[in-house]
Amino acid sequence: MPERELKRRTAPERTEPVVTEEAPATSERGEKLKAELDDLLDEIDEVLEDNAEEFVRNYVQKGGQ
Amino acid sequence: MAIAKVCGIETEYGIQFGGGDGNPITASSMLVNAYAAEVDRRTRWDFEDETPGQDARGFAREGSLPPAVETHLANTVLTNGARYYVDHAHPEYSTPECTNAREVVVHDKAGEEVLRRSMRAARSMFPDSPPVVVYKNNSDGKGNSYGCHENYLMDREVAFGAVVKGVVPHFVTRQIFTGAGKVGVETSALDRRAVSFQISQRAEFFEEIVGLETTLKRPIVNTRDEPHADPKRFRRLHVIVGDANLSEISTFLKVGTTALVLAMLEDGALPTRELNPADPVRAMHHVSVDLSLAEPIHMVDGSSASALEVQWELLGAARDYATERGLEPVGGKAVATAVLDRWEAVLTALEADPSTLANQLDWVAKRQIMEAYRERHGCGWGDGRLAALDLQYHDLRPERSLYARLGMERLVSDDEVLAAVATPPRTTRAWFRGGCLSRWPASVVTANWDSLVFDLGTDPLRRVPMMDPLKGTAEHTAELLESSAGPAELLERLSS
Repeated sequence: MPERELKRRTAPERTEPVVTEEAPATSERGEKLKAELDDLLDEIDEVLEDNAEEFVRNYVQKGGQ
Repeated sequence: MAIAKVCGIETEYGIQFGGGDGNPITASSMLVNAYAAEVDRRTRWDFEDETPGQDARGFAREGSLPPAVETHLANTVLTNGARYYVDHAHPEYSTPECTNAREVVVHDKAGEEVLRRSMRAARSMFPDSPPVVVYKNNSDGKGNSYGCHENYLMDREVAFGAVVKGVVPHFVTRQIFTGAGKVGVETSALDRRAVSFQISQRAEFFEEIVGLETTLKRPIVNTRDEPHADPKRFRRLHVIVGDANLSEISTFLKVGTTALVLAMLEDGALPTRELNPADPVRAMHHVSVDLSLAEPIHMVDGSSASALEVQWELLGAARDYATERGLEPVGGKAVATAVLDRWEAVLTALEADPSTLANQLDWVAKRQIMEAYRERHGCGWGDGRLAALDLQYHDLRPERSLYARLGMERLVSDDEVLAAVATPPRTTRAWFRGGCLSRWPASVVTANWDSLVFDLGTDPLRRVPMMDPLKGTAEHTAELLESSAGPAELLERLSS
């Protein structure tokens, strides 16, 4: 397909894609990310609306553009 | 030569009031009126076809009548040049006119701050009412959508047919960085069973390619022709496909890339390759659910390209355009170069590993939290807690906002945003509008995008037209405003 060539022409300075493997838990970056996400999830558990189902059910927005 | 892409964003905010039973028009009016009273804004919006001075709508009365008695058409103009009002059943904030994507980010964020202050002001003005909570999103998850519209000044010379053909490829595919993300499906456009998460909140609500509607049968290209400027020279492209973004990067790219595409359109510099989908509406829906970003879109000439490839083509053309024609029409070299560089960096990252953009793009950030939440609690995509989490990403209350907890990358400072709550951009007529309003609030009886009406206490009311958005800038009028002792002297000097 010609798309590949076109892409290269339009984006000459791009560096090669780095990791595409999905293995975040094993890499250092993945560990850090996981720790940050864990902290965030702790916070989310604290601030998430108490009755999620009811909160979502009540959120109705009519008359928008 | 393309004309300057004067631009702005108008956002309809979602609201929650009284546990779902509250009247949304009342709640929206409470917010707008409480804020207007707090900052002592009495200048009303001027509806052109009505007589200034006789229109009592939108007036923010101090001391407050009960909210049910307050006019439901609360409608005011702020000293930063913005319009803040009740539209349908939502509070809506229109930023003042800006000239580049960075200014728009500052003023879009200032709008969020105005809504936060409004929540607090309404609490103190109506202590016995349930609190009104504001969300910056585009749908309620139940098939109701509300808009975040952008506006761009265009050259009237460009035929509208050419505008449609020129913008559709961008509007169908730019959602890969402008999407705010959402869980599930809420219209019949997509298969509920096959989709757990979408890139865009708004995409599935589009049903036509071109049209005038904004509330039903929404079109990808809106034909509203209301330039709010000299209609012989200008067009205002009213863009209704966008998601409301909390991410500054998403807003910056949304406005910056669109301004570039429109400038290229005016100068005949768009890519020559066919990028118009054979079925743009379907393509738009499918891009929103293609988390691989790689599925082919079928084009009118039988070729195909993924959303990412379309964006690479547009970026390539924009790079060439910048080299050959310069970046003056899109806000000047500094900001527009930053747009080009960020555009390229984001496309590169989306191609390699979208998750690396979790601190930059709304949809990626939201998806990452949802995946982590699902893993921790072992819940499916249909779990109510995920829908709650989705809404709470957009909650504007600092103590509840999930977006605020993510620490995402910023492009502008808090100081700039706070200043923009009261001060207009220096680069457009908003400077003159805001300057007159802050200096002589009692004398400006009404205002709108293209005129101000003064009451000098004598003679008939005096209208000052502002038919060119690039006149009335700080450069043109700062000295005039500062050295005029009062509005009478200002008007005298303007007419001499």
